[in-house]
Order: sequence, then structure tokens, then C-alpha cells
Amino acid sequence: MPGGNGSAVTASPGWGGDLPVSEPRFPSVEAVRDGLASVGYLADDGLAGVVYLADRLYKPVLVEGPAGTGKTELAKSVALLTGARLIRLQCYEGLDEAKALYEWNYKKQLLRIQVENGPGSPNLDGGHRPGWEEIEEDIFSEEFLLTRPLLEAIRATEPVVLLVDEVDRVEIETEALLLEVLSDYQVSIPELGTVRATQIPLVFLTSNNTRELSEALKRRCLFLHLDYPSVERERQIVLKKVPGISEELAEQVARIVRSLRSLDLKKHPSISETLDWARTLVLLGIESVDEKTARDTLHLLLKYRSDIETAAKELASATAPT
Amino acid sequence: MLDLLTGFVGELRSAGLPVSVTEAADAAEAIRHLRLEDRQAIKYALGATLVKSSSHWRAFDTAFEVYFSLRGPQYDIAGDDALSAGSSDDDAPGGGHGEGSGRGEAGAGGGEHVSPEEIAAMLYKALRNGDQAMLAAVARLAVGRYAGMEPGRPVGGTYYLYRTLRNLDLDGVLARLIGEARALRDGGPAQVSADGEAAEPAAGPVLKGSRLDELTSLEERLLSDEYKARIEELRKEIEAEIRRRLVADRGVEALARSLRKPLPEDVDFMHATREELVQMRRAIQPLTRKLQARLARKRRHLRRGSLDFRATMRHSLSYGGVPAEPRFRHPKPSKPEIFVIADISGSVAAFARFTLHLVHAIAEQFSQVRSFVFIDGIDEVTAIFDRSETVTEAIHRINQEADVVWIDGHSDYGHALSVFWQRWGRQVGPKTSILLLGDARSNYHTSEAWIVKEIRHRARHVYWLNPEPRSYWGSGDSIVEQYAQFCDGVYECRNLRQLEAFVEHLV
Repeated sequence: MPGGNGSAVTASPGWGGDLPVSEPRFPSVEAVRDGLASVGYLADDGLAGVVYLADRLYKPVLVEGPAGTGKTELAKSVALLTGARLIRLQCYEGLDEAKALYEWNYKKQLLRIQVENGPGSPNLDGGHRPGWEEIEEDIFSEEFLLTRPLLEAIRATEPVVLLVDEVDRVEIETEALLLEVLSDYQVSIPELGTVRATQIPLVFLTSNNTRELSEALKRRCLFLHLDYPSVERERQIVLKKVPGISEELAEQVARIVRSLRSLDLKKHPSISETLDWARTLVLLGIESVDEKTARDTLHLLLKYRSDIETAAKELASATAPT
Repeated sequence: MLDLLTGFVGELRSAGLPVSVTEAADAAEAIRHLRLEDRQAIKYALGATLVKSSSHWRAFDTAFEVYFSLRGPQYDIAGDDALSAGSSDDDAPGGGHGEGSGRGEAGAGGGEHVSPEEIAAMLYKALRNGDQAMLAAVARLAVGRYAGMEPGRPVGGTYYLYRTLRNLDLDGVLARLIGEARALRDGGPAQVSADGEAAEPAAGPVLKGSRLDELTSLEERLLSDEYKARIEELRKEIEAEIRRRLVADRGVEALARSLRKPLPEDVDFMHATREELVQMRRAIQPLTRKLQARLARKRRHLRRGSLDFRATMRHSLSYGGVPAEPRFRHPKPSKPEIFVIADISGSVAAFARFTLHLVHAIAEQFSQVRSFVFIDGIDEVTAIFDRSETVTEAIHRINQEADVVWIDGHSDYGHALSVFWQRWGRQVGPKTSILLLGDARSNYHTSEAWIVKEIRHRARHVYWLNPEPRSYWGSGDSIVEQYAQFCDGVYECRNLRQLEAFVEHLV
């Protein structure tokens, strides 16, 4: 294998330098919050503050929280806000280097070798026959490199937002793949050398907390726990996301959902389910939720039979159990 | 600021949070980018850099509130008589927190000079209108009036909180609020409320959208939830107020030490308070989920299966037909069968509940799980778990349905074991692992330890989990030693962390 001397790599500007310094994207925490609101994502101060710090400290954000609280949406909204391209790496069990970082396009490499040596090759009779080194150098050049999301985010010259979705799904060993990218914003390819970022991407990792992430990974990230929103925030979200809903209905929806979340259910309604429900209510032309409507449409909020039964029973009883 | 931060990080570490040097440095760096007056922003910056697990947030929150509660330029109060409502109006911690919105109405007389009736009336109004500033003022007044704080006492403030809340009679207020809302519906909005004021259209809680004449139960439910949320807010305000005063009295470090609470996974089963039990119950859900994911993964990644020829050939294509990387089938290791025999008498009930919960939550890791509970009689409760929708519900039903009292309802390990041996002993087979849970305090009854020996002969493993600290074993009426000689292992299992470790070991 040739060492880290791929000429195509070192020649391009920015590669092999120190951590590049990007211009700050946001002037203040308020700017983040207002900006996110303008693209339809209502952030509270904590959330906006963490995004702001991520930009200033060049650190990835690890977003954790129950399903459907807008973890992925956050990354998308930030991308939209900054006008950056969103590169998404969906994690799953069995994800490996070849899918996350880069892969050599071995089919093309094979073809290349065959063209060189095959019977149809123009070089076969008389002409120059490339030696093995030459071929090797050739087939391990960028032309044969298939970039996967992580490398792509590092190599991008335009601003990007990298979203590593559901990072808790990969094995603990695979997590190590991320470390180099996340702390130094570089990728080492043995055949090519080290690829460094020309700009620092904003990185979001989301986790549903199905397992404890490694200390090494957590240490490199800013931690953001997204929980279900307060009634007030949820009401605003509903108002913002559901066209044609009245203030009263939004208020009522938010309150009912809050009551449901205080119950002991298998799965609590998420924000997206709240929105689905609110949209349905608007479509049905309902102006105010009464018990019957609530009971009939509960299946939009809750996805387990037992949960629906519990909730129907609970909503019918006037006082919450203490 | 740096000193403060170092002290704060030290406090977090003593509370059990793993904070590395890098993270502390990150926190310092993060603070540089923010305005120091913005307390909320600072809090989130510190949280994001120092706390990397949501279950640690609570400990962080407490420490933060203590360390950063009084650092305001305006705050220069020494004694607690100066802490009256009027003057502490703008002690907004760190400057930007309270934004001092109309707190003047709280009356400048100081907590001691306001009559209980006035406080009650204000409390009522604040709760009804959901007025944040007023709630804060009420909290301050109430603490001054009722808490009866004595300077210099080394306490964490729980008692003060209790005294204040008892005097406020929040349940009564809640009932009154709901009653009034009902009356409002019945008699129309013009009705005059109890304390003589005209009931102006209440700001938040009444659902404007509905045109029904009386409060339906759904509305009533929502209303009561709303009021409860407000009362919860009030409770937090009161807590914060008490903390502020305690910090003024005793200093940051001392208070932080007495407020320091173990993380949910480190709370001792046998001495957990009710609140801690609730937290543990909340903590066990993600814990079982994690455990299950981990176990399933472990099972799948054991590299002992036979060669998967097809997959190997298929994969060899990437190497031009050379089977360079053999592929293996996932092995299917046999799953153990579990019998859990748990003492559910008062002293160890919490421990038994959590263990049963955990074992049943990961039931699919075992081929069969059967549960037996005893005090002095013993009963099988497997069916209750099968019939119940959730583990929580099952645990709840066990307490009511299981027939575990034989004579007097005091633990009798000997009798329980002998009944078990007679009725179910034959079903113990070579694939069975037995878990015995309890403190083995048998009230000086006979131990019948030979049964454990017999079970040991038949079963694959016999483990004993004891929620007592190891040093107590064998003292008083504890006869764990007598059983221990026949067990494969006796484990001290005092908190969720130890329990989790054991269960993982078991599978």
C-alpha cells in the first residue's frame, strides 16, 4: 500500500492544515431562537443556547430524548436556517466503516485492472505496459473512492449540517469510527492520507437512549436533553404547524395531551402525534373537544390498545389519581 | 467565576456525576461565549457540557440552584429578617432571572407581618390566574411566615418545606378552585366568588372554546391538571426560596453537602423515601430497555455459531471469489428458566418489587419466568404477570391478590421454603436457575436450610440476593449464612446499579 502521499489529496487547499476556523453562524442565542422560529421550529432558550454553543465551540450536539420530540427535526431546521446542505447518516446495527465513512469501489478497480491487462487493452502489444505500482497508485486514487456520509460531510466545501441519526443503534465498537470525525473533523484513509475538513460542519447526533453511549463519545459532545414541551410551547407549536386551528382548540389540545402524558402509559403521545391529532380535529371541523370526540380520536395519539383504554377511562374521571 | 466553577464541578463529582477535566474546560470555554447575567443560558451551557445523562440532570439542577442562586450584585442580605418580600423582590439570582414583573403587589411588609388570611387569599388568586410573579411572591411570604427557619441548623430544608406546605393547605385550595369553576359554569360567569371579589373571567384555566352549560368531566379533569401544575410550580418556588435562605444562612458548600442526594441508581432499596421510590420507578424503565437491548445484542454477537456457507460465498465475491472472511450463523444459546422466590414483607418489599419488575421486563431473555412471593406463606404469582398488561400493574396486583400470609404475617423463611418444596419442588429441573430474594431475617423461626441444599441439587444455579449491607448479614435474626453455604452465590443488592449488574451476569 502506498503511504499517505496521494498527490490529489495534499494538493487541494485546506487539506493537512490545522482545524479550520469557520465564521460563527449565529450572532447570539436570541438569533438562533428567532431564526429557528422563522423556519417553523419553536425552540426554548436552553435548546437555542446549546445550538449557539455548538457553533462557537465547534462541538457536536448529542440530542437525547423520547421519540417524537423533534430531535431529527432540529437538525433539519438548523440546516434550513443556515442554508446548509443536510447530510444524514442513519445508524443501524451492523453499520460499518464502508457504510459510514468511505469504501473503495472495488468493481471499478477490478475493471481498471482488467482493462490494463485484458485482451482488448490497447497497450497489450507493443505499447507501454504500466507496472504494478502505477496501477496500484491509480486504483487507490480519489476516482475509485466512494464517499459515505461522514467523509462527505468532511470534504464538503459548502456549509453542511451532519445528522447522525439514532447513534445508539450502532455497536459500541462502531461508535469509535465517529470519534475521529467528531473531535478533529478529519478522516484517516490509509491509502490516501488524512482528509481534513475545509469547514467545520455543525453535527447533530440523536439518541433514543436504548443504551448508554460510550464515555469517549459523550465527552466530545454537548449534551441536550429534549423532553416533551410545556403546555405553552406545545400550544404554540400546534398553532404554528397546523393551519386553520383556532387558539382555543390549540390550547385544549395541548392540555389534553399534557394530561395524557401524566398517565402511566406504555408510550406517551409525542409532539408529532399531537400535531396529527390537531390536524385531524381541524379536518373534522371540530371546534372544541368533548369527551366523545376525544375518545373517538384517541387512537391518533396512542398506539397501544391498553393505553387507549386507560386513557379513555382516565379522561372520563374528573380527578387525577394522586 | 473560575473558582466558582471549580467548586461547582467538585460538588457535581461528589454527587456522583462523572465529570472529566475536558468537560470542565469545555464548560469554562462555553461560559466565555455567553453573557454572565443570563442565568438561564449559563445553566444550559453548564448542563450541556458537564451533564451527559438525563438521569443526572436532577442532581445537577440542585447543585446549580445552590451554587448560582445568590450571586447577584444586588444580593447583600445577611440576616433573614431582611429577606422580606419587599426587599427580596429584585434579588433575582444572577440578575436576569426574575425580570421583576410586578412583584410589588406582594406587599412590602415582610413575611412576618402578613396575616394568614391575606396569604391564603393571594395564593388563591395567584393559582386561579396562573400569575407567575404572584406565585413567587406568595412563596416568599409563605416561607417567611410559616417555615420558622432557625439559623445555623444543619438541615437540607425538607422540614421547612413540609411546614410551609402544611400551613398553606394546598389540597383545600385545589378543591375550592375546582368547586368555584363548577359554580361558575352552573351559575354563569357573573357569579361572585367566595372571597367577595367579582370573578373576573379567569385568565387561563376555563376553557373558552366550549359552550356547554356545565363542566363535563373532561373539562374538570383538564382544569384540575392545570391547577395541579400550578401548585407544583408553587412548590418549586417555595423550595427555591427556602434554599436561597439556607444558602444565606450557612453558605454554599455546607448546604450543597446536605442537599446532596444519591443518584436514582445508587439509592438504597431499604431506606428509600417515597419520593426516591418514585424516581427509581421512573429510572427502571429505561434501565430495563437498555438491559434488554444489551442482552439481545450480546446474544447475537457471540461468535460460536456454525459456518454460514451461503453468506461466506456471497461475501467472498468482494474478494474476487476468495472466501477471505468466513461468516457464521448466529448461535442460539439455550435460555435459562428462572424461578424468582421473593420475600415481600414490609422491610424488603421495595427490593422485591424492583427485582420482579426487572426480571419480568426482560422475560424474553429467559425461556420461562415463574415468580413466587412469600411472607410466612408462599404463593405463585406468575399468572398475575401473564394477566396484567404492564409489569407495574402486575406488581400492584400482587400486593392485593397473592396469598402470602399464613399465621401472623411476619417473615418465616423456613415455612415458606418448605411449602415451596412440597408444592413446586418437583418442577425444579436442571435448566432452572433459582433466585431467592430477601434479607433472611426469619424472626427466629427455623431456617430449613436443607431445602436450599435439595434445590441446589436439582437446579442449575441457586442465587441469593440480599438487600442488606454485607456487614449486617448474620446479625440479629438474619440467617443468611445458613442458606449461603448451599447457594452458588450470595450477592449484596442494595441499589439499582447492583441489581442491574447481577441480572446481566445471570443471563
